[in-house]
Amino acid sequence: MADDLSKPFPKSSMSEEEIMKINKERRIQVTSFAFMIFLTILAFVAVATEMIEVGFAIPFILLLAVIQFFLQMYYFMHLKDKDHGWPNAFIISGVVLSTPALIALILLLGVTKY
Amino acid sequence: MSSSVDFSKGLPSHPEKATLEGKNKFLGFWVFLGGETIMFATFFGTFLGLREGTAGGPTAEELFSLPLVFIMTMLLLTSSLTSVLAMFSMKKNNHKSMLVLMIVTVLLGAAFLGFEIYEFVEYVHHGLGYTTSAFASSFYTLVGLHGAHVLFGLCWITTLIIRYSRSGITLTNAPKFYVASLYWHFIDVIWVFIFTVVYLLGIGGA
Repeated sequence: MADDLSKPFPKSSMSEEEIMKINKERRIQVTSFAFMIFLTILAFVAVATEMIEVGFAIPFILLLAVIQFFLQMYYFMHLKDKDHGWPNAFIISGVVLSTPALIALILLLGVTKY
Repeated sequence: MSSSVDFSKGLPSHPEKATLEGKNKFLGFWVFLGGETIMFATFFGTFLGLREGTAGGPTAEELFSLPLVFIMTMLLLTSSLTSVLAMFSMKKNNHKSMLVLMIVTVLLGAAFLGFEIYEFVEYVHHGLGYTTSAFASSFYTLVGLHGAHVLFGLCWITTLIIRYSRSGITLTNAPKFYVASLYWHFIDVIWVFIFTVVYLLGIGGA
């Protein structure tokens, strides 16, 4: 059995239709990559050029980071796909549990004089 | 678990989840990533709380250089794309193309790590030791922890590449490559927040 599992396959089982689908998905991935590069450049430009007011630039780049987070998670890591119910549950729990920890740390450490 | 694999049909379209072991690895790895999220969040929180505490030492604005961080970001983002493309090759049973893309991923990751080491050495020369200030400690700990993750990922993927350089894509190694690629994306996600929260906010003077 173990030997069987370590043997390569002579070909892929994918039908023409499945290959078309996977190629389309790959195009979407490359597009989302280009979009992420664009967002990154935007974030750097927002800080580097100082044309944008600091008060606006900060929430702006944080928003860009959050968008990139979702693109990475849902496209690159396939969270949007079927059969990803539990992975979604785990990551959402992680984010939900992180939020109070993050806020508490910022407030406690930031407010306390050290 | 069935005791035989049907080779006549060819590689399943989702080879990483074709066996029970593969499914378990996949699920278990997402539990791990959920935990990693919380761990990194606590380090981010600590850094954000302490980053004003420079204790007379160098400040973020004095130290950080945008071009360097930009190059590092591009390297890591691109390596994330190559590992995504490697997984498409894997699903198509194209072993050689998967290996090449994984090697490119490792090279880009290694370049990133090289820049990070250079950056840290530079900062130490500028007088930012680990114990200089609260800002220094929390910065080195957060960014260093990410760097350690990159190093671990490099070793992991290199081992996989060497171990399975001639085996073809099998139901045993497909989940391993898939999980390693998930890990690599996660490192990239963390970096997105590091370059935003640590570097851009630091330089922006927020």
